[in-house]
Amino acid sequence: MRINPRTTGKIAKVLIWAAALSVLVVLVAIILYILFKGMPFINWRFLTDIPRSMGRSGGIAPAIAGTAMVSLVAIVIAVPFGIGTAFYLAEYTRGNAVTRIIRFSAESLAAIPSIVYGLFGFLFFVIYLDLGWSVLSGGLTLAFMILPTVIRTSEEAILTVPNTYREVSFSLGGTKWQTIRKAVFPSAIQGIANGVILSLGRCVAETAAVILTAGSALRMASSLFSPTRTMAVHFYYLAREGISMDNAYATAALLILLIFLINVVANAFVNRTMAKGR
Amino acid sequence: MRGRWIRTAAAGLLGLSVCLLSACGRQTAAVIIAGSTSVQPYAEVLAEDYALLRPDKLIDIQGGGSSAGITAVESGAADLGMSSRKLKESEQGLWSVEIAKDGLAVIVNPASPVGDLTLDQICGIYAADIQNWSELGGPDAKIHIITREEGSGTRSAFEELVMGDRRITNKAIVQDSNGAMRQLVADDPHSIGFISLGLVNVGERPVKAIRIDGVAPTRENVLDGSYSLFRSFLFVARSRPEGPALQFIEFIFSPGGRLLLSGEGLIAE
Amino acid sequence: MKKFKEKLSGRVFFALALSSISALALITVFIIVNGVPLIAEVGVGNFIFGMSWAPSRGEFGIFPMIVGSVAVTLGAAAIGVPVGICCSIFLAEFAPAPLRNLFRPAIQLLAGIPSVVYGFWGLLFLVPFIRNYLGGPGLSLLAGAVILGIMILPTVISISEVSILALPRQYKEGALALGMTHWQTIRSVILPSARSGIVAAVILGIGRAIGETMAVIMVLGNAVAMPASILDPVRTLTTNIGIEMGYASGPHQQALFATGIVLFVIIMILNASAQYITRKR
Repeated sequence: MRINPRTTGKIAKVLIWAAALSVLVVLVAIILYILFKGMPFINWRFLTDIPRSMGRSGGIAPAIAGTAMVSLVAIVIAVPFGIGTAFYLAEYTRGNAVTRIIRFSAESLAAIPSIVYGLFGFLFFVIYLDLGWSVLSGGLTLAFMILPTVIRTSEEAILTVPNTYREVSFSLGGTKWQTIRKAVFPSAIQGIANGVILSLGRCVAETAAVILTAGSALRMASSLFSPTRTMAVHFYYLAREGISMDNAYATAALLILLIFLINVVANAFVNRTMAKGR
Repeated sequence: MRGRWIRTAAAGLLGLSVCLLSACGRQTAAVIIAGSTSVQPYAEVLAEDYALLRPDKLIDIQGGGSSAGITAVESGAADLGMSSRKLKESEQGLWSVEIAKDGLAVIVNPASPVGDLTLDQICGIYAADIQNWSELGGPDAKIHIITREEGSGTRSAFEELVMGDRRITNKAIVQDSNGAMRQLVADDPHSIGFISLGLVNVGERPVKAIRIDGVAPTRENVLDGSYSLFRSFLFVARSRPEGPALQFIEFIFSPGGRLLLSGEGLIAE
Repeated sequence: MKKFKEKLSGRVFFALALSSISALALITVFIIVNGVPLIAEVGVGNFIFGMSWAPSRGEFGIFPMIVGSVAVTLGAAAIGVPVGICCSIFLAEFAPAPLRNLFRPAIQLLAGIPSVVYGFWGLLFLVPFIRNYLGGPGLSLLAGAVILGIMILPTVISISEVSILALPRQYKEGALALGMTHWQTIRSVILPSARSGIVAAVILGIGRAIGETMAVIMVLGNAVAMPASILDPVRTLTTNIGIEMGYASGPHQQALFATGIVLFVIIMILNASAQYITRKR
């Protein structure tokens, strides 16, 4: 039996709409539910107080500070290496064996599960370099983890810079370094910033790699060598052990808001680049 | 001119991070404690209060497990080790003190009609000889067995005290903390698990602790020896502690410290 | 001076690139050095095909976990891939602009939310639902597959959409000009031409599913037994590491690193095939 192509088309269209809308509904349901349950408990005290009796009451200030410190270490370490690698890939080589190896490594790094980064960080930073469970171990592990993201987004940003920019710079007698610094980098910076901010989002959201390397201490971290707990890890403990559902919802809501904010800022950079009329 | 703005922001961020990083020199804690994650929450509560008493003497507490804690004490990486198991032959040279006893409670969902089991029955459940609640006077439902992960001190205490040389079935659900186990039992009407006695009433939804051979799991029954499922929480040191470590231990044995531990559900008399 | 700067900058960029790729080497070496001794001691066959995992008794068989990982991942793919591809077609071909502008940031947010939040959601709704309506303890292969199915959506959707949008406009215009309906064009021109990109999207999605840890620890139940049905609790390679790393020491710890090696190898194979497929295009 042959079905009229228009009928199949209609059925397919309905199915596709249904799939897309159900995804949207599930997503919105997850987010709204948690925001709805969590927002009422987010207040100034929750943000600034230390956790009392293992998080049953009190706030999450040490976890906020821990998240900020660990992410900052990761960004400060990963960004120079990532951007440098991206420039090397985009400006200094064109499709030779070295580039292929670097690109293969970067993509492989991107595919490694975060728990394997956690294992590595535990072995290398915590045990081998004897940094213990600390802000530094956690941050360095995350730096490894976000490196491929920084490389890929920066490289894409550099490659979208029109070749005419480079040609003009060279024709004015500029060297390669001057061209990169004066012509390419300024035009690519917004794309690069977008990548860096997205990597920040990954740091904030990560749990498995941090739990094995930064530890789970509840106390406010006093130095780079103190163990700490990030918000995602704190949420994991609150939610999984049923310590306090209210605080768990509030922490989750805060995390979602933070990720949302990070995405908005990152997108603002991209949109600006587009608005510049490429 | 946006470039300049971004450059200023980047420079600011870098400056901020340099300040932050340099501000954090290595600040040494007065006492470093490492070891059993079963003891860790109690040690943290103690340290939380001790910080109010002696804000100048920082106590750093790390997990890692009983064996890791004892190794850290032997190597000098930690001043005190926390252990939820007895010291082995090879570790007898260390100094140790029992800070409290911890009962082990076998828990079921409050909705379960079963409230009394023998030690043999519990062993039979965990060895998967008994698979249905109807064999124990409950409803006709499969028993959902929950255990702790390999390496957990609570699991090894349970194996030693209940299982003897029998094995816990590999079909058992595995959770990696007292809290997670408790949470699951509170959710699932057909489940059975085991947690620290002190944590039975800690949490938002109730669980029911089972009487074993007719004896209720209470601190009195642990103290008079009629309830047999309990273990000791030890603090371990290379030699008799001195200075800040000794002061912290004295705090644990002070009336305030005792009250704190009892308040958290441990048996500390 | 100019020449010097020129040379220096080139060298610096090369050095940065080199240290970035040495990260991969460092990770590989550390995991392998720490895990291989145990595999050698137990024997590759006994480690990979062993049925019993009881580190305290010296038994290190991870076959049930390999089966667990494969089963959960296939389940996730069965849920996430068709839905994800439909969404990407929707975004590229059907969605009116306002809906698309809502959908894309939403997918981005979906990708950014910490995985523990998904696990939490699974624990709150999915697990009780399965326990009450389908049977078993609720913590199950099915719960893990559904959660992972949702979690791989952003990967599948965004990469497939990009590969559909990358097709030359003429493909579609030509097909429509030949009198094909919109759906016929999608089915017989667009999807086949974007095939390699879509396959890569699926492989990367599968990689994400195999590598996820925290969300599945919360909903899988983590029993080290071969699952007899989708309602049974299972343990994956990642959750084995995540759940036992806290207390492990000695050979037990080495066995977890060895589990990491197996996971690492699986991911590398998947990743290499994804790269091979995209390059062929």
